[in-house]
Amino acid sequence: MSGLHESASQTAGPYVHIGCMPNLAALGAMYGGTDLGTEMITGEAQGQRIAVGGRVLDGKGAPLTDALLEIWQADHAGLFNSPSETRGAADPAFTGWGRQAADGQTGRFRFDTIKPGRVPWPDGRLQAPHIGLWIVARGINLGLHTRIYFGDEAEANAEDPVLRQIGDPARAATLIATADRDRYSIDVYLQGENETVFLDV
Amino acid sequence: MNPTRPKPFAPRDHSIQPPALTPAYRSTALRAPLQPLLRVENGWGETTGPVFGHLPMGDLDDDLILNYATPGQSAIGPRIVVHGRLLDQDSRPVSGALIEVWQANAGGRYRHKNDGYLAPLDPNFGGCGRVLTGADGTYAFRTIQPGPYPWPNGGNDWRPAHIHFSVFGEGFAQRLITQMYFEGDPHVALCPIVNAIPDTAATDRLVARLDMDRTLPMDIRAYRFDIVLRGRQATVFENRMEGI
Repeated sequence: MSGLHESASQTAGPYVHIGCMPNLAALGAMYGGTDLGTEMITGEAQGQRIAVGGRVLDGKGAPLTDALLEIWQADHAGLFNSPSETRGAADPAFTGWGRQAADGQTGRFRFDTIKPGRVPWPDGRLQAPHIGLWIVARGINLGLHTRIYFGDEAEANAEDPVLRQIGDPARAATLIATADRDRYSIDVYLQGENETVFLDV
Repeated sequence: MNPTRPKPFAPRDHSIQPPALTPAYRSTALRAPLQPLLRVENGWGETTGPVFGHLPMGDLDDDLILNYATPGQSAIGPRIVVHGRLLDQDSRPVSGALIEVWQANAGGRYRHKNDGYLAPLDPNFGGCGRVLTGADGTYAFRTIQPGPYPWPNGGNDWRPAHIHFSVFGEGFAQRLITQMYFEGDPHVALCPIVNAIPDTAATDRLVARLDMDRTLPMDIRAYRFDIVLRGRQATVFENRMEGI
């Protein structure tokens, strides 16, 4: 047993942009004028450049215009740009972490990133290329973790340990972005018939 | 060489976390997933995470009293320093961690295009700050005490005075956003967002205490707020010991 309790989560609320994207929130040139996480590619990054976009939809199918999304992913070779990565050195020109706000009018988000490589699962099986996604917003009490897989990786997806754990192909499909060459698109459904699978990581 | 995988995080204790659907907080009605979360193991993507210990910080990033103010002026409101420690559940300090904060001004108004509350903006207050934790997990920032404010939730609802915290740990699975409240505020017990937390002790841990030891005479009062992130899973050996 651990000695302390994790602090309780509270909603990020509708004004999360002030703290996490102050330049977008028009607070002037805070933090050097660039919001943290908006630039994942910081140099000559290796691998395929891709755009991943979409919306987060509520139980009535309305896009959230106040959501904040963060992604965390491996580089092209499957390595994470993190001190706790011990398998090798990740591409220094790629942060692996991105943060974007849903558009205030349309609810659309977009990450310009690198297609991640495959990463082994604890039991040694290879996972399909994927991106970890975390969503906070007004009305979300505890940040939601899910994953984004790639529709053009059918073979890898078929043997992915997490997609297999989901089992039901229709449920697993909620995590798979449709591919149009180097552009990927996914809608995250918080509720309803197509409710996205959210993960307790 | 066989690389050592970071220890997985202990499973999250949901008995002290707010469930997704809490009807008294109306915004959850259409935004709460209704299917149970799928518990998955921690792999590299969950145990690693972005770390910002080397992020260049501006001189006033941790001073909300001054960081939006015209030089020579300062934000209006009770001057406070908020400080504490960032620990994990095993009481290990989390060092070099980024904490981002945001809040309303002393009148309860946010500098945000979607906030139309009657209280005026303070031209010298932005409401945004950030700080890195030290080697011992400690952090501190200066600000003004925010005001309570009304919000649309179907009734006569007022948020207690609060400061939002966004906290990074060592792994993406530890990512946390929460809110800090103030000792003695009667709105805490009335708030549907606070009351989404199903455990009164967990709620109480979000309430900062007045700290006279750090209060500077004739200058600024101090509030103490410690934050705890998820700890690592015990090893198999430790599990066996517990079983004896």
